[in-house]
Amino acid sequence: MDYLLDFIQFSLFLAVLISLSVLLGNFFYNGLNGEKNVLSFFLSKTEKFIYSLLKVDANHEMSWKRYASALLVSNIIGILVLLVMQLTQIYLPLNPQHLPNVEFFLALNTAISFVTNTNWQSYSGEVTLSNFVQMLGLAVQNFISPAVGIAVLLAVVRGIARRKESTIGNYWVDLTRSILYVLLPLSIIVAVLLVSQGVVQSFDSNVAAITIQGETQTIPLGPAASQIAIKQLGTNGGGFFGVNSAFPFENSSPLSNFIQVLSILLIPGALVFTFGRMLGSKKHAWALFGVMLLMFICGVVISYWSEVSSSSTFAANQLMEGKETRFGIFNSVLWSTATTAASNGSVNSMHSSLSPIAGLIVLLNMHLGEIIFGGVGSGLYGMFLFILITVFIAGLMVGRTPEYFGKKIESYEIKWAMIGILLPSIAMLTLTAVGATTQTGLSSSLNKGPHGLSEILYAFSSGAANNGSAFAGLSTNTNFYNIFIGLAMLIGRYGVILPVLAIAGNLVKKNISPVTTGTFATDNLLFAFLLFSIIMIVGALNFFPVLSLGPILEHFLMQYRINF
Amino acid sequence: MKKEIVRSLKMLLLMTILTGIIYPLFITAIGQIFFSDKANGSLYIKDGKVRGSFLLGQNFTDSTYFHSRPSAINYNPIPSGASNLGLTSKLLHEQFNERKSNFLLTNGLDPAKEVSAEMLFASASGVDPHISKQAAYLQVFRIAKARSLNKIQTNKIYKIVDSLTEYPQFGFLGNEAVNVLKLNIKLDLLTAKKRDKK
Repeated sequence: MDYLLDFIQFSLFLAVLISLSVLLGNFFYNGLNGEKNVLSFFLSKTEKFIYSLLKVDANHEMSWKRYASALLVSNIIGILVLLVMQLTQIYLPLNPQHLPNVEFFLALNTAISFVTNTNWQSYSGEVTLSNFVQMLGLAVQNFISPAVGIAVLLAVVRGIARRKESTIGNYWVDLTRSILYVLLPLSIIVAVLLVSQGVVQSFDSNVAAITIQGETQTIPLGPAASQIAIKQLGTNGGGFFGVNSAFPFENSSPLSNFIQVLSILLIPGALVFTFGRMLGSKKHAWALFGVMLLMFICGVVISYWSEVSSSSTFAANQLMEGKETRFGIFNSVLWSTATTAASNGSVNSMHSSLSPIAGLIVLLNMHLGEIIFGGVGSGLYGMFLFILITVFIAGLMVGRTPEYFGKKIESYEIKWAMIGILLPSIAMLTLTAVGATTQTGLSSSLNKGPHGLSEILYAFSSGAANNGSAFAGLSTNTNFYNIFIGLAMLIGRYGVILPVLAIAGNLVKKNISPVTTGTFATDNLLFAFLLFSIIMIVGALNFFPVLSLGPILEHFLMQYRINF
Repeated sequence: MKKEIVRSLKMLLLMTILTGIIYPLFITAIGQIFFSDKANGSLYIKDGKVRGSFLLGQNFTDSTYFHSRPSAINYNPIPSGASNLGLTSKLLHEQFNERKSNFLLTNGLDPAKEVSAEMLFASASGVDPHISKQAAYLQVFRIAKARSLNKIQTNKIYKIVDSLTEYPQFGFLGNEAVNVLKLNIKLDLLTAKKRDKK
């Protein structure tokens, strides 16, 4: 282990992340608000063409209910189309391996998974889905689902910033701009960089090779780089190959790894600054970014410590089970922390083989609702719910009506915020309880002992948090898991989006009260500290019991060399 | 409602064309023009036949070759996969101990010798193309013996290992790693030269 090298890599990563976030945050501001930017020369005509085809008037805005119904309708259609594609793939073109039609519940699970930005995969890409489904079905949802996240975030900002109005924007305009000015240009840059590092991008079918020792080895090819770029940038996470970004064709070198792990946090990080600028407070953006960054750094450091200190369990200098040589320990835990801090869910090491406390960090990241940078759009609107709770509690402490950017936070907002925070948690815990107490649930687990519980907890946490990564020992391609993880994904996505939009719709009607000396400031260290504490308290209260039965217990058993 | 259904379908169709067809085709065109070797899987082609990919590890068992890491899928990546065993798994501990004693035995090493961890644990992809420099060094003695090489040639193998150490990239990114397939190709070249001289 070279601690100095790891320290250099971490510092470099953080420096690049912070500077690109600030830079892109401003760029996104222009693109998302329809102002002139470097790309409008190329894209403004495309944008107008899309509006004319959809018969959308870009200046015509929607109430929150119309916004929400447009979102729901488009998402339901997305799920249905993806479902039909998988159920008929044998009759469709671009299926050189002649893969059969996908079984119904698996297809349903996969369709929900990609539309809700989860990208949970109960299947292995190479042997289940045709190029047609991957390219025209999954890859398209990889663009649309993060764009939905950005759209909801924009609606929230308008709810906060506007005074006594009734509309929160136009869903179709927000969706179009998010794809054209945020997701597509960055994907092109990242995809080209990845190909240059050896990530494959070809339409040839698999190559049969005779190895040096004369054995046969099938080399899988495909248009991977283009899908991997958006998989990372859109916090989707669904891999082209079964083991995701651990597979050398998906993540070939340390540089491709650096680009990919950066891509996970880039847009969520940048959107914090877009958010701040739209609300006219850079300092508020820095306060939020600071809280996220602090939690992220803690996660990486704790995971790294856990990996290093647990290696004595084996007579080995480091724990390399389920990790790749070119990445080593540090890049593996940097990724595992980033992918669960955001709602990405791609992996470059096998999370199931992480040391117990590193496994606890990835679980906790998801349990907190993926608000440490979080999913594209969804991270920040999830954080918005915690901000409301923080402002509310701070208000209670000093006995004043809580306000956020001059908007009074009242019982309506708090009720919906609580629902948005608690629904995914309830889904995670209840479904885990069902999985851990029924024969159908238990029969899928690979590992025994507390790790077996962690596997089931991970599956439902990943589903309800719309993450998509797994403790992959659990065989989840069963009707039980396909149906219930599907349900968890729906609750985790729309159980947050709808409350958030409802709050935005209510806030937009309110007057903005002027700042006085008694106003609770939301742009200083005190606010950041309170926000951090509230997140930790809520997360700990909800999940400490189950985490102590899973990874924490496993950590102590490991110390006493008790194996299963 | 009806309006939104029509819009949803139109939007999906438009995005399918833009992000599902134009975008991947554009990236493929760039990849095939500027990085054609890499976009097509960094294949190792010898005498017109595909013998593998430099990015995918192969299963080496012969004592004349450098061995790759343990693999949960025996180096056949359809589909790729890992063990997914947790650290408190009895099976993982058994595998670990077995791999350790096997590695020490096959390479004729002192039982107290420390073996690099990646040779004792299965990789994430099942086709990890790399091992560490130390893991390569530990195998040189066995290879030299199996190929009946003299001291000068054996020293050359150490030099090959050094020259094929690909990472850390730019000196600071990633972990130290040597490509096993490249090592073994070089090994065969070395012996081929020896035969020519005779």
